Amino acid sequence: MLAEKYAQEIQAILNKYPPEERRAAVMPLIYLAQRDKMYVNREDMAEIGAILGISASEVASIVGFYSLYYDQPKGKYHIQVCTDLPCALRGAEQFMEALCKRLNIQPGETTSDGLITVEPVMCLAACDKAPMFQMQSGAGLQYFERQTVESALALIEKLRADAARRFKTPLERGREGYGS
Amino acid sequence: MVHNETVLLRHREIPDLDNLAVYRREGGFQALEKAVTQMQPGEVTEVVKASGLRGRGGAGFPTGVKWSFVDNKNWPHYVVANADESEPGTFKDRDIMEGNPYQFLEGVAICAYAVQAKAAYIYLRGEFWELAARLDQHIAALEAAGLLGEKMFGAAYSLHISTHLGAGAYICGEETALLESIEGKMGQPRLRPPFPPSVGLFGKPTVVNNVETLTNLPPILTRGAEWYRSIGTEKSPGVKVFSLSGCVTKPGNYELPLGTTFRELIFGHGGGIPAGRSIKAIMAAGASSSLIIANEKALDTPMDYENVPSLGAQLGSASVIVIDDSVSIPWLINKTMHFFRHESCGKCTPCREGTFWMSHITERMARQAAISGLPDAQDVKLLYDVANQVRGKCLCALGEFSIEAVTSGIERFAADFKLAAGESQTAVGG
Repeated sequence: MLAEKYAQEIQAILNKYPPEERRAAVMPLIYLAQRDKMYVNREDMAEIGAILGISASEVASIVGFYSLYYDQPKGKYHIQVCTDLPCALRGAEQFMEALCKRLNIQPGETTSDGLITVEPVMCLAACDKAPMFQMQSGAGLQYFERQTVESALALIEKLRADAARRFKTPLERGREGYGS
Repeated sequence: MVHNETVLLRHREIPDLDNLAVYRREGGFQALEKAVTQMQPGEVTEVVKASGLRGRGGAGFPTGVKWSFVDNKNWPHYVVANADESEPGTFKDRDIMEGNPYQFLEGVAICAYAVQAKAAYIYLRGEFWELAARLDQHIAALEAAGLLGEKMFGAAYSLHISTHLGAGAYICGEETALLESIEGKMGQPRLRPPFPPSVGLFGKPTVVNNVETLTNLPPILTRGAEWYRSIGTEKSPGVKVFSLSGCVTKPGNYELPLGTTFRELIFGHGGGIPAGRSIKAIMAAGASSSLIIANEKALDTPMDYENVPSLGAQLGSASVIVIDDSVSIPWLINKTMHFFRHESCGKCTPCREGTFWMSHITERMARQAAISGLPDAQDVKLLYDVANQVRGKCLCALGEFSIEAVTSGIERFAADFKLAAGESQTAVGG
């Protein structure tokens, strides 16, 4: 249950908004529910609804509308390569294709170990540093800019090694660095 | 007057400007202190009005005038910083918030004081997750230093600033969709009027300003409206951060006076077009742009709110995407249309259905063009017809701007669509 696990964080989130506007906390609460498993299930949605006084289906409509929320499990690390116009003009499509080929997947698919999903994404406001991608995991989201296929593969190898050793990922360590 | 000082991207010249002590050493928070301890809220608005500052998010609306519309019979008031930065080709606000965060936060506080808001929200796109965490730390540092929070500078005024993360929806850059999103709803634009200064966040009067707009406020207050007006042009005063991307040697953000020419930005600062290629088109406002034919006249046109329209285009947020002669326009409009189809919020029919069907056609055209070099003439006509039926019928600018590259591309780059020069208006337009 979120309410027990994240009691303090939930209260801090609710404090950001006027007491009579509890619904405003729905987006940060979905992020919170997504933290452990990279998606939100029906139980999470029902609980968030109960905390905020709205229905589970209203929470589901928010999950469905916004593209950084997931109601189905994906790879533990979700790599999204920007292939929008400015990045495409600087080779982003070829970068993504070559990366997927090296990982033996098609864009949108997850590697056989269930760890890495690669897919194209809309503009990430890093047009001058293409090719670039964002990596989302339950612990947050991080940018990797001015990438090559080799640099991306080196990162993925590190993630795989970390997962195998059950070490914390760079992303999780980064998050701790912010003291949140 | 030659302007050669940095006003917004000061972190390029001052190391560690994201450290509060460094920012204060450089004169930081003197403007906010002056406002809160020496000026009436209305006086702050008058200075901003006199400076001629116009909104940097794209619309170019005079900032001080917008503030003066806030309804003083309905309280509380809110201020919202629009940090949703999602237009393809725009990456300036992130640069400002990462490098010079305290000047931005000081600007938020000045705006909040001017309209007497006690709460301000910074709405960041969800992808700026790390940046939001850093801003939270900066806000905490300000509260610890007594520069934000209760009874600021010993005066009666109190302000709290919070960040709110979006979750991947371009439409939330539209100010009423953004307000819906903070309220915990799907990010879909509201019918206007009423505009946010009358009915905004939680139904209360609200000022929504872009990050770059707000970051201009501290120097305007410290140095005065006349100083600000000495930079830029008469109708477009001040500096602008131009995001330069695409087929150019040195892409990046360049802070320049408004009224700088395309030529100076692209060839002077951006290093020009990669060797062996030549410039074909310019998109001045990201994916929402009309395509400008990059001839000598266009290159010598000043980039400001009054001159770019003479090229049949808009300055928007000044995200300049350079297109060279290796790029086919059918491929390009397929990219932009795919974007708008994906980002349409689905609320109004012309945009939802229009972008869906237009992207079907542009995909087929791009495939055909890849095979035979040119798209099918019937498809070009159909696309042009659909685009013109979308025009003027959408609830917000997303739908309206989705057709700009399509119609201007077909009209101005006829050769890429197998149309003889001059044929586009009559044969295609029907």
